[in-house]
Amino acid sequence: MAVAVSAYGISFGALSVAAGLDVWQTCVLSLLMFSGGSQFALIGLVASGGLSAAPAAIAASALLGSRNTLYAIRMSPIIGPGFVKRVAAGWITIDESTAVSTVQPDLPSQRLGFWVTGVGIFIGWNLTSLAGALLGNLLGDVRQYGLDAAAAAAFLGLVWPRLKQLQPVVVAVAAAVVATVVTPWVPPGIPIIAAAVVALVVGLTDWFGKNEEMVW
Amino acid sequence: MTLWTLIIVASLIVLVEKLAGYLVPPAFFEKTAPRRVSGLLTVALLSALVAVNTVTTNQQIVLDARLPALLLACVLFALRVPFILVLIAAAVCAALLRLAGLGV
Repeated sequence: MAVAVSAYGISFGALSVAAGLDVWQTCVLSLLMFSGGSQFALIGLVASGGLSAAPAAIAASALLGSRNTLYAIRMSPIIGPGFVKRVAAGWITIDESTAVSTVQPDLPSQRLGFWVTGVGIFIGWNLTSLAGALLGNLLGDVRQYGLDAAAAAAFLGLVWPRLKQLQPVVVAVAAAVVATVVTPWVPPGIPIIAAAVVALVVGLTDWFGKNEEMVW
Repeated sequence: MTLWTLIIVASLIVLVEKLAGYLVPPAFFEKTAPRRVSGLLTVALLSALVAVNTVTTNQQIVLDARLPALLLACVLFALRVPFILVLIAAAVCAALLRLAGLGV
């Protein structure tokens, strides 16, 4: 997991600088937002639409971050009382810390799994995204090195593990088609939000869904 | 809105989303519809980002070296090649195609 996180972190840092953020802005995102999918979405939209995509960039990162709320609800009874402790836990409530915690057999190891994974990834993610940003600064022209293609591949890599059942595959394909088709007709960033409607419709009606145990 | 404002606002929203989960009554979590929508939302947004970053430039549909690079990435992810190696392969693929003058 450490290797995977380092790879994501370095990629994020390099792509963030390529999208037009500076090293400091990249670091603030990793420290404060600290949620890979939301961070990639924000820089992806800034890369494609600049500041005119700002409202959509905020919406997309907020929508992607909404699953952390569900993780937090799940983790809440495990973390226990204490204001400072709960704020700290909230800060590091992400895919990985929740996933590691919830597969542990008993409460003490669930707590330990959460804190070790969350704090470990927080440190690793911030150091590697800084390293990636510095590396990205050295590279210069990003298209020449194919970094724009790497950005698309990064999103594919983030969504890939979630495509194990029919319903998410249908949503993925439909979302990609919707986003592409509406691109020439709407302001930058809106195609991503339009794609979110696909998830809302399929999710609420449960089209193509027969198995409740999906990866989320 | 400056880039800094965008970064701070978006970051605070995502942070508040996490903290809010510790205030919500756990009963909400028992419902399967919010869980399902949340999972599919992630899939839809990331897939849309794949598409937009592959075949569009400045609000135009543009097919260039990014498309073959993404198809290569697709094959490599299916073969369970590690994330960073797939990204490097996709970048190298697009860079070489451009060097050869194929697919600007």
